[in-house]
Amino acid sequence: MKRLRRIAERLAEAALTLSGSIASLAILLIIVFLFKEGLGLFGSSAVEKGYALCVHSSNPVEQLAPQQVKQIFDRELTLWSEAGGSGGEIVTFRFDELFALYSEEELGESYELIPQRLGEVIARTPGIIAFVPEEYLPYHNREVKALPAAKISPAAFFGGREWLPTATPAPQFGVLPLIMGTVWVSLFAILIALPLGLGVAIYMSELAGARTRKLLKPTIELLAGIPSVVYGFFGLAVLAPLIRQTLRLPVGETAFAGSLILAIMALPTIITIAEDAMRRTPLAMREASLALGATPWQTIYRVIVPYASSGIMAAVVLGTGRAIGETMAVLMVTGNAAVMPHSLFQPVRTIPATIAAELGEAPAGGAHYQSLFLLGCILFIITMLISASAECIASRNPGKEI
Amino acid sequence: MMAAALLMASLTGAQAQRIKGSDTMLPLSQRAAEEFMKINPSATVTVTGGGSGVGIAALLEGTTELAQLSRKIKFDEKSKLKAKGITVKEITAAYDALAVIVHPSNKVTNLTREQLEGIFTGKIKNWKEAGGADRAIIPYSRETSSGTYEFFKESVLKNKNYMPGIMSMPATGAIIQSVSQTEGAIGYVGLAYLNREVKAIHISYNGSESFVEPSVANAKNETYPIVRPLYYYYDAAAENKVKAYIGFILSDKGQKIVSDTGFISVE
Repeated sequence: MKRLRRIAERLAEAALTLSGSIASLAILLIIVFLFKEGLGLFGSSAVEKGYALCVHSSNPVEQLAPQQVKQIFDRELTLWSEAGGSGGEIVTFRFDELFALYSEEELGESYELIPQRLGEVIARTPGIIAFVPEEYLPYHNREVKALPAAKISPAAFFGGREWLPTATPAPQFGVLPLIMGTVWVSLFAILIALPLGLGVAIYMSELAGARTRKLLKPTIELLAGIPSVVYGFFGLAVLAPLIRQTLRLPVGETAFAGSLILAIMALPTIITIAEDAMRRTPLAMREASLALGATPWQTIYRVIVPYASSGIMAAVVLGTGRAIGETMAVLMVTGNAAVMPHSLFQPVRTIPATIAAELGEAPAGGAHYQSLFLLGCILFIITMLISASAECIASRNPGKEI
Repeated sequence: MMAAALLMASLTGAQAQRIKGSDTMLPLSQRAAEEFMKINPSATVTVTGGGSGVGIAALLEGTTELAQLSRKIKFDEKSKLKAKGITVKEITAAYDALAVIVHPSNKVTNLTREQLEGIFTGKIKNWKEAGGADRAIIPYSRETSSGTYEFFKESVLKNKNYMPGIMSMPATGAIIQSVSQTEGAIGYVGLAYLNREVKAIHISYNGSESFVEPSVANAKNETYPIVRPLYYYYDAAAENKVKAYIGFILSDKGQKIVSDTGFISVE
């Protein structure tokens, strides 16, 4: 009998160890997968996969930066002298235009004549820059010069200010506005939610009567149960117009609207955890404080809040985590404009919203897909930094020594 | 045993078919499939979305009989199919017009393509430059994953990029909502989504000779310029499988479904 029990205990132990290690392994694998997919971006071509840019061989240009390619095809750069070449107007040519110039017969039954026709077009237009599939490049034509494709560099990715992932021929992956947008919205969300949340938590644990608390607590917990899309609807249909009218802004979908919605969404987390932590303060501690002649208010901020500080810290971290990772509500109310935020009252685009909106159509394995994974990595690192620093602050807090 | 046999029969039978692709066409194909199955009780038609690109990919892998696309098949998609020995046939099932919308209080009624290009690429920033009041222009766009985003870029912006930092909304409904409550706003939506809360702009593609109101009639007589065809693609070798459905969608009854779902029927 005794032996049987020991075996059962061993089995339970083994099962617990196994489940623990499986969970850790899963987390590790997810991280490895995330970074593996994401880091593939660096080193992939800055021009769309399978395509190449070529110019007339008389053109002295040897290499174009992705930024320049985009400006050329947007007709913002119109002279070769502005793009590092010499003189002459730039003529852009997309592959589809070939089908307007030649009939199907002239291109051959299985398109075997395309390279030849492309060669003709390029030869007769000295100022041309053509964006064509690699397989149809007229390699043998001496009048055609293919430009070597630039690689996407970490500097352009992390320092770039333009997010145009589907632009052809040169998609722009500048994530700075997205990182700043995420940080901006979450920071203000926490600044709004924290004092409010702590206030409610203190009220509920210390000041409110039993009946009020009984009513208040489930109501606040109900807030956490509302789907984020519903918050998004509310933000778009009620909050955004309200903000626009009261503040006389040109547009209501702003970082501020996002922060407000996120603050409301983070509130239940902050309140519930902070209140639980405060109520865990031993009765003896409170009574000792009151017996020493401290007023209830002094007891709250000299005894209870310091005692509960690690719980409050956990509340802040979890609330921030909710705010930073929140996707749907933010997607609907912040306007999703990928610009560097200068004020709270302008549209911003956040990382989670970008991933949610774009991953569905990004071709698997392409540069756009990889860049979205890298955004996921950045988000992961941001939340990791926040929880690490919060832990650091909590461990240094003298309140623990009470 | 019986179930397996039935399953086999339904898989191999000429009457089972799958339609996959564009989300824009989803309401149309779903309605059409329902009606088609009412007429042909033995037929099973399954319709799934996922985007135009997904439809072609499925055709390539042989996991669908019909691909629905809200854009023309791309050249590299065509050559990929060719490499696999599949020649596709194209059927234009309907047309979809895009309307440009502004806030109802906006005085501006007419805009040229060039003006629209300027607005959406960020060159024109104030309504007074387009004949309106002195108010900042707030252009709203769809997200990059949408076929509508691509088509508007192709047709109106002549393939130039939208201005960096354009407001992008996840759905057509959100664009209507935002435009209806923002005075300086301008956006684009499918014709079927037009309602009284927003004002549709009359558009000219020929300088400023003639401005045309977005309407089904104007899209049909080809005076309204921002119109795109909606296509079905299928493997020419497997035409027998889809013939009945294609015939149905092009019939009077099928085209009535097209009009009922807010698209423009083919003549």
